Amino acid sequence: MNRFDYSRAASVAEAVAAAARPGAAYLAAGTNLLDLMKGAVVTPGHLVDITRLPGLDRIEPSGDGGVRIGALVRNSDLAHDRDFARAYPAVAEALLSGASAQLRNAATVGGNLMQRTRCPYFYDTASPCNKRTPGAGCAAIGGATRLHAVAGWSEHCIATHPSDFCVPLAALDAIVEIEGPGGARTVPLADFHLLPGDTPERESVLAPGELIVALRLPPEAAGFSAHARYLKVRDRTSYAFAVVSAAAMLRLDGGRIADGRLALGGLALKPWRVKAAEAALMGRAPGPEVFKEAAEAALAEAKPSGEANAFKVELARRIVVRALTLAAAGTPERLPALPASPFAASSFAPGAAHG
Amino acid sequence: MSIPLRLTVNGEPRDLILEDPRVTLLDALRERLHLTGSKKGCDRGQCGACTVLVDGRRINACLALAVSLDGAEITTIEGLAARDGGLHPVQAAFIAHDGFQCGFCTPGQIMSAVGLIREGQAGDDPERIREGMSGNLCRCGAYAGILEAVRDASSDMQREEAA
Repeated sequence: MNRFDYSRAASVAEAVAAAARPGAAYLAAGTNLLDLMKGAVVTPGHLVDITRLPGLDRIEPSGDGGVRIGALVRNSDLAHDRDFARAYPAVAEALLSGASAQLRNAATVGGNLMQRTRCPYFYDTASPCNKRTPGAGCAAIGGATRLHAVAGWSEHCIATHPSDFCVPLAALDAIVEIEGPGGARTVPLADFHLLPGDTPERESVLAPGELIVALRLPPEAAGFSAHARYLKVRDRTSYAFAVVSAAAMLRLDGGRIADGRLALGGLALKPWRVKAAEAALMGRAPGPEVFKEAAEAALAEAKPSGEANAFKVELARRIVVRALTLAAAGTPERLPALPASPFAASSFAPGAAHG
Repeated sequence: MSIPLRLTVNGEPRDLILEDPRVTLLDALRERLHLTGSKKGCDRGQCGACTVLVDGRRINACLALAVSLDGAEITTIEGLAARDGGLHPVQAAFIAHDGFQCGFCTPGQIMSAVGLIREGQAGDDPERIREGMSGNLCRCGAYAGILEAVRDASSDMQREEAA
């Protein structure tokens, strides 16, 4: 690990002031940052410890009838918060399908949004990477691309965003609260992460020194609680990043879909909300044909970034159908033993019957 | 840069002066406090051999800066047995069920199991225990014995709490 200066901030204002130094980075749990520093993938000269900032570890009602989640709330605390999990079950399921229990006990809500891609070429400092060194080139392109992007990629970067949590958040119109040198502002989560384009080194809309202080879910987000699932295909049953994942949520009224939400993970460098697929669901009776139409719409613009990842497009279609089928069947009373797993025993009956 | 730090480790207050903020909790425990029960396997949060309890919650000690945990209460494998040497129920269960072979991952497995049982999410459901223990790798493949040990200890500890 590189040498760095360390300071502990006692207030948001103090943190923002300390982070104005060039080369500064915020440190919360550090579960991703310290891992990257150990590999010399990132080398910040100054860590500003924000773990003691007061008031950022609360889950509380927001003024408008939604919920506000402080940036320092731990993943496990949020997933196991009874009221939160009841109102936003797909968010809880996504959180519990990510990482390990030890990491979820440490990792924070804000840190989850800020985690970096797990592209192996980004991690390998011997490989050129436009994220690490703008203009250096991308070793992933033409390399081992089985897990790389099939949407939103560019000729400069084909990495994916690794978060599970962000996928249902994008579907639920989450809002990111930010404070920084220029004051406070909010950004929709859907606009928070940037696609690579010509500047893959820019990963979010955060300006230097800006700090995530909270996430908000709007009041209508709780309206999907009866029919909300997160489904995640991974290379091993637990403790693995998504190959492809989907958050599917329905609001049913008189046997018809009054509102539907769908977002995909593992496809792109940001959580992939698919509004065209949501539109295909509106007003329809839930069923296999409708869900297949939604899946076609969701992947209509998908494009493999390498031969080895072409399978992800069809896999994603099938996961969309199955996630919608599971959502229509209803949120389970208790989360399955293997959260988000397509192999969970309880998932098979309604979900496996796709063509 | 010298940084004073106080940790309560296995019930004892321990004062440290770090000359460098790069010291992880794991290195502070092993290299400064000579508590070498917590193991350094991958050192990247992937294997779980370094699992300890921080303020009662299991975390990977290799992915936390010691300086960031100033004031915290740490429990390591060395702090689990009773003062008279009587084994913790999870330790006893690992012996009873052959929950290890080479033993390198065992302190992390046991600390993780103690954390899992405290979290109260798994009960004695084998699938929930496997899922809850997925952050601890065992290269000898003693998982069958580990699962039985955790189930057994979980039931024992619940009975004790009820009594």
